[in-house]
Amino acid sequence: MISEQDIRRVAELANLALTEDEIVRMARDLSGILAHVDKLNELDTSNVAPMAQVLFEAEETATLREDREKPCLSNHDALANAPVAGAGYFKVPKVIER
Amino acid sequence: MSLAGYSIDSIRAGLIEKKFSAEELAREALAYAEAENPKTNGYLTLAPERALAAAQAVDQKIAAGQDPGPLAGVPVAVKDVIVTRGLRTTCGSRLLANYIPPYDATAVIRLEQAGGVIIGKTNCDEFAMGSSNENSAFGPVRNPAALDRVPGGSSGGSAAVVAQGTAVVSLGSDTGGSIRQPASFCGVNGVTPTYGRVSRYGLTAFASSLDHIGPFSRTVRDSARLLQVIAGRDEMDSTSAFAPVPDYVGLLDSAALDGNVRGKKIGLPKQFFEGLASETGDLILEAVGVLKKLGCEVREVDLPHTPYAVACYYVIATAEASSNLARFDGVRYTSRADSASTLADMYRVTRNEGFGAECKRRIMLGTYVLSAGYYDAYYLKAQKVRALVARDYAQALEQVDAIVGPVSPHPAFKIGELVDDPVAMYLSDIYTITGDLAGIPCMSVPCGTTREGLPVGLQIFTRHFAEAEMFRLAEAYERASTS
Repeated sequence: MISEQDIRRVAELANLALTEDEIVRMARDLSGILAHVDKLNELDTSNVAPMAQVLFEAEETATLREDREKPCLSNHDALANAPVAGAGYFKVPKVIER
Repeated sequence: MSLAGYSIDSIRAGLIEKKFSAEELAREALAYAEAENPKTNGYLTLAPERALAAAQAVDQKIAAGQDPGPLAGVPVAVKDVIVTRGLRTTCGSRLLANYIPPYDATAVIRLEQAGGVIIGKTNCDEFAMGSSNENSAFGPVRNPAALDRVPGGSSGGSAAVVAQGTAVVSLGSDTGGSIRQPASFCGVNGVTPTYGRVSRYGLTAFASSLDHIGPFSRTVRDSARLLQVIAGRDEMDSTSAFAPVPDYVGLLDSAALDGNVRGKKIGLPKQFFEGLASETGDLILEAVGVLKKLGCEVREVDLPHTPYAVACYYVIATAEASSNLARFDGVRYTSRADSASTLADMYRVTRNEGFGAECKRRIMLGTYVLSAGYYDAYYLKAQKVRALVARDYAQALEQVDAIVGPVSPHPAFKIGELVDDPVAMYLSDIYTITGDLAGIPCMSVPCGTTREGLPVGLQIFTRHFAEAEMFRLAEAYERASTS
């Protein structure tokens, strides 16, 4: 079981301002899903190496390339979808007080 | 005019014989899509300017006597999680309702260079998270085969537009079944290639160790052709594979000559037939009967970790998603909550207002399983179980050339039927998730309809990079079952 207290802590980590109703529902939903996930503990995996990615045979350096300058997005294009931009930068609410 | 009667090859022939121009076809496709789309809501955005420019370029090449490319003039739809420069890309999310990408995905560049004509962007579950397309911020997609039912998800729009005849082929993405399950629900072909076969550059990341781009089509051959165009190493995606791309269509042609699939060994996983809805099970066994008649040797195979796949997947996929979706924070991508005065509040309120319920559920689950004290118990455990699932397939595919089974335990369900039960919704992905966890190629081929007229799909899995083998079996089945 996951408590509403746990949900509040995780929501903080996930940067989600959940409403009180959402917290109640989230606790119920995640408890249901985690109860199913507990099934994984039926398996003894003490001698199994974790699989993080599907990997295929290739030279270790195959994905490396020369570090050379190439054209990239212009400042204008990179900022075009910003909700608030100015002077060539993304703008955010003030973080540091004088 | 419906595009249902067209294939990639018939369009090419029509263009070369001057029966129609690419521009005429594009105009008809756009008009038909505009007229028919309200029935299904498959398209979120139509792209008339882009489509007509692409079609005119094809016509000019033909007029100049140049090769117009393998997809010349073909009306294509692209799932709205794949970015298109200058063309709105929403990911099915309110957060990106006005997002205009500054670049094209590699798959998009390749299909347009091959002469493909992008008609529009298709509806999907928000950030590709869902099995019913009901998680789109822009309304659900309705299944063309039964309008009160879901088309499957998350690539529901990409499946629906091909089934509806408002596109000839389309691109979708698959992380846990999001191509094959909607293909089976809508009665079209849907292909999840080997992990790394198609560059994901420009695919909005959901779960990076599981995400794939792949084709939808009416015929097996059209999927083979589209995959051939989009597959191959891309230096913009370090996970894209170096393995050379075979001539899939050429190999199909030679397969037709050499007597097809006689003697091929086919495995039926016993775990896939436990708890299967009876009509679906009957249709799958009928399809297996067709393969036997074609000379395939059918035997049972054991995939003992199948019952753990859903739990394994929903830990790994949500963990990766919680990290990938962190970028949608009100700074770079169009939406920002007005009410917040501090930076921290701006992140939290923007995200809570912007994400739908399913995305929040997955972000929360993923954050939880990665959080201090739970990482080993959940995330690491799931990665170990993933290794066991992958080993099941590797061992089975040493004994057989392909594994076949159902795509989904049941045909398309009614809109709203499972929406309040996330665990039941997740469990319906049981047969598709394993293919993504193992990273092997797999596809759904239509194999008939239930008495109610609901399509069912046969799933085919083969070894890593053995797409040609998969297409060969699929086309042999397609020919035998439709003749």
